Amino acid sequence: MNVNQSAPPVPPYGQPQPVYPGYHQSSFGGQPGSTAPPNTYGAYNGPVPGYPQTPPPGVSRAPPSSGVPPASTAQAPCGQGGYGQFGQGDVQNGPSSTVQMQRLPGSQPFGSAPLAPVVSQPAVLQPCGPPPTSAQVTAQMAGMQISGSVTPAPPPSGLGYGPPTSLASASGNFPNSGLYSSCPQGQAPPLSQAQGHSGAQPPQRSAPQQASSFTPQASGGPRMPSMTGPLLPGQSFGGPPLNQPNHVSSPPPQALHPGTQMAGPPGPPPPMHSSQQQGYQLQQNGSYGPTRGPQPNYGSPYPGAPAFGSQPGPPQPLPPKRLDPDAIPSPIQVIEDDRNNRGSEPFVTGVRGQVPPLVTTNFLVKDQGNASPRYIRCTSYNIPCTSDMAKQAQVPLAAVIKPLARLPPEEASPYVVDHGESGPLRCNRCKAYMCPFMQFVEGGRRFQCCFCSCINDVPPQYFQHLDHTGKRVDAYDRPELSLGSYEFLATVDYCKNNKFPSPPAFIFMIDVSYNAIRSGLVRLLCEELKSLLDFLPREGGAEESAIRVGFVTYNKVLHFYNVKSSLAQPQMMVVSDVADMFVPLLDGFLVNVNESRAVIISLLDQIPEMFADTRETETVFAPVIQAGMEALKAAECAGKLFIFHTSLPIAEAPGKLKNRDDRKLINTDKEKTLFQPQTGTYQALAKECVAQGCCVDLFLFPNQYVDVATLSVVPQLTGGSVYKYACFQVENDQERFMSDLRRDVEKVVGFDAVMRVRTSTGIRAVDFFGAFYMSNTTDVELAGLDGEKTVTVEFKHDDRLNEESGALLQCALLYTSCGGQRRLRIHNLALNCCTQLADLYRNCETDTLINYMAKFAYRGVLNSPVKTVRDTLITQCAQILACYRKNCASPSSAGQLILPECMKLLPVYLNCVLKSDVLQPGAEVTTDDRAYVRQLVTCMDVAETNVFFYPRLLPLTKSPIENTTEPPAIRASEERLSNGDIYLLENGLNLFIWVGAGVQQGVVQSLFNVSSFSQITSGLSILPVLDNPLSKKVRGLIDSLRAQRSRYMKLIVVKQEDKLEMLFKHFLVEDKSLSGGASYVDFLCHMHKEIRQLLS
Amino acid sequence: MATYLEFIQQNEERDGVRFSWNVWPSSRLEATRMVVPLACLLTPLKERPDLPPVQYEPVLCSRPTCKAILNPLCQVDYRAKLWACNFCFQRNQFPPAYTGISEVNQPAELMPQFSTIEYMIQRGPQSPLVFLYVIDTCLEEEDLQALKESLQMSLSLLPPDALVGLITFGRMVQVHELSCEGISKSYVFRGTKDLTAKQIQDMLGLTKPAMPMQQARPAQPQEHPFVSSRFLQPVHKIDMNLTDLLGELQRDPWPVNQGKRPLRSTGVALSIAVGLLEGTFPNTGARIMLFTGGPPTQGPGMVVGDELKVPIRSWHDIEKDNARFMKKATKHYEMLANRTATNGHCIDIYACALDQTGLLEMKCCANLTGGYMVMGDSFNTSLFKQTFQRIFSKDFNGDFRMAFGATLEVKTSRELKIAGAIGPCVSLNVKGPCVSENELGVGGTSQWKICALDATSTLGIYFEVVNQHNAPIPQGGRGAIQFVTQYQHSSTQRRIRVTTIARNWADAQSQFKHIEAAFDQEAAAVLMARLGVFRAESEEGPDILRWLDRQLIRLCQKFGQYNKEDPTSFRLSDSFSLYPQFMFHLRRSPFLQVFNNSPDESSYYRHHFARQDLTQSLIMIQPILYSYSFHGPPEPVLLDSSSILADRILLMDTFFQIVIYLGETIAQWRKAGYQDMPEYENFKHLLQAPVDDAQEILQARFPMPRYINTEHGGSQARFLLSKVNPSQTHNNLYAWGQETGAPILTDDVSLQVFMDHLKKLAVSSAS
Repeated sequence: MNVNQSAPPVPPYGQPQPVYPGYHQSSFGGQPGSTAPPNTYGAYNGPVPGYPQTPPPGVSRAPPSSGVPPASTAQAPCGQGGYGQFGQGDVQNGPSSTVQMQRLPGSQPFGSAPLAPVVSQPAVLQPCGPPPTSAQVTAQMAGMQISGSVTPAPPPSGLGYGPPTSLASASGNFPNSGLYSSCPQGQAPPLSQAQGHSGAQPPQRSAPQQASSFTPQASGGPRMPSMTGPLLPGQSFGGPPLNQPNHVSSPPPQALHPGTQMAGPPGPPPPMHSSQQQGYQLQQNGSYGPTRGPQPNYGSPYPGAPAFGSQPGPPQPLPPKRLDPDAIPSPIQVIEDDRNNRGSEPFVTGVRGQVPPLVTTNFLVKDQGNASPRYIRCTSYNIPCTSDMAKQAQVPLAAVIKPLARLPPEEASPYVVDHGESGPLRCNRCKAYMCPFMQFVEGGRRFQCCFCSCINDVPPQYFQHLDHTGKRVDAYDRPELSLGSYEFLATVDYCKNNKFPSPPAFIFMIDVSYNAIRSGLVRLLCEELKSLLDFLPREGGAEESAIRVGFVTYNKVLHFYNVKSSLAQPQMMVVSDVADMFVPLLDGFLVNVNESRAVIISLLDQIPEMFADTRETETVFAPVIQAGMEALKAAECAGKLFIFHTSLPIAEAPGKLKNRDDRKLINTDKEKTLFQPQTGTYQALAKECVAQGCCVDLFLFPNQYVDVATLSVVPQLTGGSVYKYACFQVENDQERFMSDLRRDVEKVVGFDAVMRVRTSTGIRAVDFFGAFYMSNTTDVELAGLDGEKTVTVEFKHDDRLNEESGALLQCALLYTSCGGQRRLRIHNLALNCCTQLADLYRNCETDTLINYMAKFAYRGVLNSPVKTVRDTLITQCAQILACYRKNCASPSSAGQLILPECMKLLPVYLNCVLKSDVLQPGAEVTTDDRAYVRQLVTCMDVAETNVFFYPRLLPLTKSPIENTTEPPAIRASEERLSNGDIYLLENGLNLFIWVGAGVQQGVVQSLFNVSSFSQITSGLSILPVLDNPLSKKVRGLIDSLRAQRSRYMKLIVVKQEDKLEMLFKHFLVEDKSLSGGASYVDFLCHMHKEIRQLLS
Repeated sequence: MATYLEFIQQNEERDGVRFSWNVWPSSRLEATRMVVPLACLLTPLKERPDLPPVQYEPVLCSRPTCKAILNPLCQVDYRAKLWACNFCFQRNQFPPAYTGISEVNQPAELMPQFSTIEYMIQRGPQSPLVFLYVIDTCLEEEDLQALKESLQMSLSLLPPDALVGLITFGRMVQVHELSCEGISKSYVFRGTKDLTAKQIQDMLGLTKPAMPMQQARPAQPQEHPFVSSRFLQPVHKIDMNLTDLLGELQRDPWPVNQGKRPLRSTGVALSIAVGLLEGTFPNTGARIMLFTGGPPTQGPGMVVGDELKVPIRSWHDIEKDNARFMKKATKHYEMLANRTATNGHCIDIYACALDQTGLLEMKCCANLTGGYMVMGDSFNTSLFKQTFQRIFSKDFNGDFRMAFGATLEVKTSRELKIAGAIGPCVSLNVKGPCVSENELGVGGTSQWKICALDATSTLGIYFEVVNQHNAPIPQGGRGAIQFVTQYQHSSTQRRIRVTTIARNWADAQSQFKHIEAAFDQEAAAVLMARLGVFRAESEEGPDILRWLDRQLIRLCQKFGQYNKEDPTSFRLSDSFSLYPQFMFHLRRSPFLQVFNNSPDESSYYRHHFARQDLTQSLIMIQPILYSYSFHGPPEPVLLDSSSILADRILLMDTFFQIVIYLGETIAQWRKAGYQDMPEYENFKHLLQAPVDDAQEILQARFPMPRYINTEHGGSQARFLLSKVNPSQTHNNLYAWGQETGAPILTDDVSLQVFMDHLKKLAVSSAS
């Protein structure tokens, strides 16, 4: 299937293509060509698309085609978003069981979609609908299999949209479903998704393919209406179409299903679901009632349900109040589907506004003019044209930018362009850099800026003729004219003080107070540094790193070391004037590792000895940073400080802190003070650091409260990282610390950076989140920036956008490479603009959205009570969904929860954010932990926030040992654990192995080398190295997981029913949490209630 | 008694005291009319090889306000075992240990030849000497190298149990910890920040932690020595370490841009040195030895900015009130000097640079604490090297010629009061009945602190006769003065040296001749010069000269024999005959004339003038000139241009310079190489003779003088030409071409002119 799918997509895409392209017309046109009709749809563009499918004309076909699958497709179109594969969607619900039933529902979902369409395009639809359908179908069929070939219609471009296609087919199946509209309603209970899925599943896969063809139609959204309208019944599309693309609304369907199905062609229907993406709607409401009936699944209790009560009221008789967890959108399923559908083809960035695969999917990127999603991801790839629309939808417009993201080895890092002495070519007015979107005019003598429309002269040395399409003939020879990401060599004008920078320096600043010595930290660190120094980052293929190093130790005074190569012994210089820090030496402090190796080694040997008998327990902190910064200033270079610190700095000095940890403040208006720095000293210091290009990485080894909120101010504002090892013990934490340190030292860093995000007229970057400093409203200043740091940028309208020209982003990062070269890295991204809300919803990325919302909320806690922040999030989420429901979903019972396909995971993820330690701390979470996490999240990228908020839970013993691939993840809920198995859970920071009480002895033996469950040491942090397949596999898996994450995850083995299990359960985010966080199901119900309130 | 001359000499040899008047006018009025005040030059620690210290403690007068020490002038009732204090007339019981005394069994302090006696005190803890090197690293490589070698060498000269410490400075100040093994540690201070003593001690970890950890408490008693020992270590323990450390000493690494002076934090470095010793060894003998190669250019105590285009202040600037940093810097160093003096430590300044180094501002550090001031062109000169080495020279007992933390107390009989002292001392502000309200020099006290002194350190002490004219002192009455100097000997013992002297009172009317004959014109010249120099520190040059002139005229009027209005009749007795000449040369000396001297040089000259003994002081005032020729043995000649003859070799000793000057003919001979010809060996010897003599002087002198070997027409000949009395100048052409000497191109008046004027004024009734 998968295969097909992929293939299919294409075809579908065809339609989709259309989609992209313009969604619009062309595409349709194109494909449709054959399917003429579709084209029309194209017109619709947006919204409807899904529906069209519905038209199911396909219906009939559908069946034929895959028979089952199709269902989903329809949506696909809509989905174009890609997930085309809705198929998966179906799956998601996982509960395949339901499948069947779902189908029905599936169709319904559409219902919702239809709405939108209806409005506008009805007419069209019809036409299209039908005819095309047939055509399509065939096409699809063909397409499907063929995949490409068929494509005719679907232009290949289809890229992955596969899904859409499916819909088509789906529709086909459903035909009847088409009705969903009807269905849904009727059927009340729509848990559409469910339907979608269930039914869908099967179909889906196939669907996709077919779908493709449909898609167009789908797109034709309009049709939907049509469908709804007239056809419905007849048409067969039935509901199935389901899904409108986007939403997943389908929901009710399930319930419906029963009903529907009947209506429709029972079988096929796999409603797909359209659901797919689209709408997932979980309807739970009332629907359930019914639904359940039909489906077993629903069974889940659902507390929330009651609330819904209203909904159903009528319809269902008695919906059990429980909502079946399997029936609600499953992150696992979504991820799995996306992986299957989009993981195999490279993501080609040539087309504007494409939604990239999920972050959890492994895919390759081909840069054809837009920046890779590894650099930039947006919450939506289709921006409303007007601010009114944007306000209505409440969907934040944000981009998550990781300018120096590391690329997989298969992808080339950005080309470096050298424009010689004149420097990079820029627009005279807005200063945007030359990029592929710049329009050359007047035979190439001038170019029009794509951001501000200013016409600029092309300098003679840059002149080139244009070809007949108006492109420069050399466009493909020049990265800045053909790629989304590239670098310019900066000229001296871009350098501080008009001097080319010197190579940066690393300064290691080690706390040698009593605590640090006693825990063994100092000895360990010094030992490790000896070898680490050979791994300093180097530029390109340089023989040795240009980076110089320096060493400082401190307690309440600072010790600088002169490690000049000419010395026989290092020299220590003590600076006790901590109130007015300065650097006592210049020459000999920062040295080349190779030249001074002997002296450095001697120093590192002696440091632990020198302080072995120390009784100094007090430390300073601000002066340490100050010292490092002054040292860099004196050396006139940028650089990074690695500070290894153990305790609250209580010694008399600037930045002295007091212990202000007070749990009583939690849940009061003063809680925010816990996140705010105690003193302004550190902000002021950070400002100076930034000016000097001094980035601070902080390694904390606290035994008690150290006020992370204050200590992390400087790392946070200078683009540094904070690592925290509570109660550090060499035996337990050595590996983690060493691994983090090694990675931190080795990673490539850009220094003294300034990032500017330019946008085309109409939108503007207004807010920034991340680890950086801003002295004005536009320039993000980063003393240091590594490949993991992410900046989230929020945009707002300040004018109308043009659908035709779309919206452009250009992120320019000026930085000093670790070899001391000044460079500009440019990322360009073009987005679509829409006048239909449905387009917006169809092109969203929930993961990115969550990234933004988490950062927004985590910053909010600095200024508002946590409760307010949580409520704001919930309200915003409800508004987003309500807007969808109101404007994009097909009419359905109020009791039905309809979610946009692209956002069907929004509730579950948002719930995870709300339950996170920062926003809802459990009793065991310390203030420091909260501040630490808050700080971490602020610079996480989308992949990190994704797994951080929704941990991966992998069964280790379910799949056969021979199976070397990563086991499929399961949902993070205790219900999913069986006591006869072992599970692994990771969230990017923590790694747990949970051992069920009923695990076979053999397994225990081969994994832990003890004979029984009871002998396993709880809290074990290292698995014994055993020579058996299971042990190897598990250790291999752990290693590979660790390799994926930017920080080493410490392993904790947890036994079922053990004390430590509490710790583990905290990460089962779909369950109710001890600290009062809602379970997924409860939250979904709550959300539904909120939405209904908004709608009524 | 033979002549007064012999008397004076004897007294000087025995007691180290020279009085301006050796017979004292018996009333205040008469004393005032004598013009030259009753005063003495006291060399408290004058070397007395024949005077072994006694091993017991002195016996004190029991009157609390007196506490004079038993001395040969006291009346003793051997039977009653009583003695009467000759200052307050209190009758005192001898202590039990003296029960055995009788006329034939006298303790040393009662014997007349022991008018000066030294007691050794066994009580009290003995603390080692402390030497703290404060080294400027902003030197030229060559200079630094030479300095390092000198310092390394000095380690072997120090007493093995002496404590040494090391502070280096440039842009930053580093206090080196000497106790550590392996890594060398130093505490670094910013050179621009003025720190209080408390801060410095905190930062060096010298203060006990406010809240020591509990386990630390028992250990505390030992903590103090431990703490201080990090920076100050016995030489014998760390001489290897320190030698290495000095060897590795690098020039200040901070870059100095074109057109800039290196940043030199002398002010802070000194402040830290003072603070360090203050916190660790208050009131024990300690030397802070500052080696600097340029002016302080930043922080407190900066003397000049770092812009080379702005030259360091000159006298011209100072007169124009154009020396931006001078006042502030001076204040800084004065504050340091006073603190140092309070702690009983001293500061030596070794300044070697071609340009000025800010001695003007820093002078009080050495002046007030009894430290040495040495000025040279480079550390890589024998002038510095030998001078430095000589600091550690030893006396006949094998003891270092240095003493520390001395307190000089002066007691006088009732007819006298103490007006003040001039020399390397600070007032201890001890008021008492014998303290005069009229101050001369540092007055208002009967006790002074001399933080460091050696065998030649000499103070001028000024008295006031308070006896009223209408209360005549009985014939044969004697006035007495007791000088009690308590000090820490270089062997770390406490010692007390007591000198008690007595002089006859004489009625100025009836015994004028006695008084006149007992005038010590040398001592008087030096004492007057000290007064003049002391006043020159705070007053304008011309005022001082006028004052000196007036004093001289009044003296001549008082003691000259003349007919009114007849200058030719003017005569002075032998005991006054040289005095006008001394005054003439004093007026021309660098102590009062700043022309042609930089402020630093003036400070340097004045510093030495204020501490040297009489002989050296006289040389400074009126350099000595010897002439070598084939005509006879070397002879002293007049310091006059007429002594500069073509066939003579001159050797001039100005104290600060030794000049060998070859006359024109001699120079030609030497050029022709006669000295290398066997047949002219006598010429070779002639050339060699002054060199040998110069060497002799060089060997003995501290600080080592600048040694100049020049010849007729040589540029260095200016040193000679500027000193001699310009009896022949371009103005009195009659001298041209005569074989009577060399003309000096100057507008200065010659001695003859000076004397002529003096006579005229002295005999004039107008004044």
